[in-house]
Amino acid sequence: MREVAVVAFGQSRHVRDSAETSEVEMLMPVLHDVLARTGLTAGEIDFTCSGSADYLAGRAFSFTMALDGVGAWPPISESHVEMDGAWALYEAWVKILTGEAETALVYAYGKSSPGEVRDVLTRQLDPYYLAPLWPDSVALAALQARALIDAGLTDERELAGIAARSRAAAAANPYAQLRGAVPVGEPLAAPLRTGDCPPVSDGAAAVVLAAGDTARRLTERPAWIRGLDHRIEAHSPGVRDLTDSPSTRLAAERAGYFERPVDTAELHAPFTSQEVVLRRALDLGGTAGADVRINPSGGALAANPVMAAGLIRIGEAAARIQRGESERALAHATSGPCLQQNLVAVLEGEAR
Amino acid sequence: MSNAAHKEPVAVVGIGQTKHVAARRDVSLAGLVREAARRALDDAELTWADIDAVVIGKAPDFFEGVMMPELYLADALGAVGKPVLRVHTAGSVGGSTALVATNLVAARVHRTVLTLAFEKQSESNAMWGLSLPIPFQQPLLAGAGGFFAPHVRAYMRRTGAPATVGSLVAYKDRRNALKNPYAHLHEEDITLEKVQSSPMLWDPIRYSETCPSSDGACAMVLTDRAGAARAPRPAAWVHGGAMRSEPTLFAGKDFVSPQAGKDCAADVYRQAGLTDPRRQIDAVEMYVPFSWYEPMWLENLGFAEEGEGWKLTEAGVTALDGDLPVNPSGGVLSTNPIGASGMLRFAEAALQVRGQAGAHQVDGARRALGHAYGGGSQFFAMWLVGADSPAA
Repeated sequence: MREVAVVAFGQSRHVRDSAETSEVEMLMPVLHDVLARTGLTAGEIDFTCSGSADYLAGRAFSFTMALDGVGAWPPISESHVEMDGAWALYEAWVKILTGEAETALVYAYGKSSPGEVRDVLTRQLDPYYLAPLWPDSVALAALQARALIDAGLTDERELAGIAARSRAAAAANPYAQLRGAVPVGEPLAAPLRTGDCPPVSDGAAAVVLAAGDTARRLTERPAWIRGLDHRIEAHSPGVRDLTDSPSTRLAAERAGYFERPVDTAELHAPFTSQEVVLRRALDLGGTAGADVRINPSGGALAANPVMAAGLIRIGEAAARIQRGESERALAHATSGPCLQQNLVAVLEGEAR
Repeated sequence: MSNAAHKEPVAVVGIGQTKHVAARRDVSLAGLVREAARRALDDAELTWADIDAVVIGKAPDFFEGVMMPELYLADALGAVGKPVLRVHTAGSVGGSTALVATNLVAARVHRTVLTLAFEKQSESNAMWGLSLPIPFQQPLLAGAGGFFAPHVRAYMRRTGAPATVGSLVAYKDRRNALKNPYAHLHEEDITLEKVQSSPMLWDPIRYSETCPSSDGACAMVLTDRAGAARAPRPAAWVHGGAMRSEPTLFAGKDFVSPQAGKDCAADVYRQAGLTDPRRQIDAVEMYVPFSWYEPMWLENLGFAEEGEGWKLTEAGVTALDGDLPVNPSGGVLSTNPIGASGMLRFAEAALQVRGQAGAHQVDGARRALGHAYGGGSQFFAMWLVGADSPAA
């Protein structure tokens, strides 16, 4: 299999409301940033892939205009997933593996501010049985948190600790939306309090991938993708064990995560309770994972631009490797209600 | 770009589609996609357990009112425990989806992949789904036809094509559809006069020169060389596939013959080793939602010199029994479940080279082109399939 690495990562400063900037305006500085880091122009990129969702903007084909931000002239080889950008990165990774591309630009963006994201995400649910009831994303996460507490797998005190740790970590992240100490917060949907839930965010991110020696040429320390896999579970929360995430475990296994310990884990857990589920699925936080730095970026609890938050986890893990702060890292992205679909990437620095 | 010498050859071994109709009120979204997927598996004589991954595509989620429906459809597609990718590249999505699935096999990430595209337009209202609020869109575009009609007029003015060419295409495609049991429109009593006297919608595009709104799904099973060896029926082999995009609107864009379409076709021919596509390709399934796009794309795809495409149409070259049959299935003009329309082009091309196209089979078809486009003639996806496996 060809060697493929993340060679550059960039993101916007995530904010609650970016009404004054369009998606293209939000995206362009980020795209220019990652291209500048590699010295490549858009025209030198072999393949471009993006992730976004029409429902956030409230209009069909919302991604078509974003292409203007790339500078798609002369015409480029390009594709788009109606998913988090982590899956766009997966498509680009596959494209490089075929040998048809040597480099790829991956970007993702999400503006939650045009609508009410809790309502919007209800439209993801089964349209005949679930969606008409409008159970919002916080309510569904609260059901999951309640199941965890009832099973004796966590308590509100531990959840509050996760929130505090995440936001303290975000203090060192200039792109995060919520930084530094945040109180436990008011009850939002029992047992979740505001501190257990992600901020509503607008933001964008981009990554450049490259193969083998091209990666070595473009950056001093590529973050090699050693494994990448994703799996989906049944849709209805009623037919799943919400305290477990078998799809995360399977994806991690297929990505080679369990072969050797990692030192960093960037988990896409918008709710504190979901971090508990993921840690259990990945055997993190027990004795085996005691030395792993979980979400040093602050994670989705500090900034959660929907459709970009998963790609940011891969970018943050890769950037940590590129800075020499990590040797082997796990990055995770999720989609769907209560962690229905999960992606795992294992990244490594060059053996030193 | 590096060479692709290490790619696994990819074969289409199963094809399934629904009978396309205006409204499938008897099935849910899940029921619709499962019907096409089941037929593709049956064609390949495989079970759900043989599928390693699912790649699904459709046009905007607003067409059914379900955000990211692949999440809800995971169960219906037998995908639980598997990877699912959801592609969306506007009208070209059916083609792009098939190409993403092809790459999974070509890269040897998976051995056997199910790819599916659908649209159930009756769940919602496509005109509403496309009617964007100001300031995102000018208020007077009046649907897709309103966007494309000026480009058709530009083509007529540029080439001097007579006004009758569009109706010839519509008449041909609707007659071809009579031979395709899955096609939506079966106009048994169609005549050229009826097409020519149908109401003018967006001058010069008449009602009978436009595509219908359909409910439907299309699915394919793609597999590697070993999988093809076990397949019960002939495989269609992928000899080339490419996507190209350019911005929707910019000064200097050629809406009549976009550069992205030309580049995409050239890339596919290069991969397939074709030097004279007009003679080396036996059948074309082309994305023609408005009749005039047949002569326009004939030029864009390199089958005719600039300004000459309409002459091929007029001379009957693109008829089912012509030298270069275009849309033997009846095409988008007869069947348009938007998100699936591109995949139907790809699948019909594969049916032709497998010799499985039934009454609309082109005799002795060995190489066929599947073509899709989307947005404001902005996104292109194409593949070339052949009856022979690519040289190792």
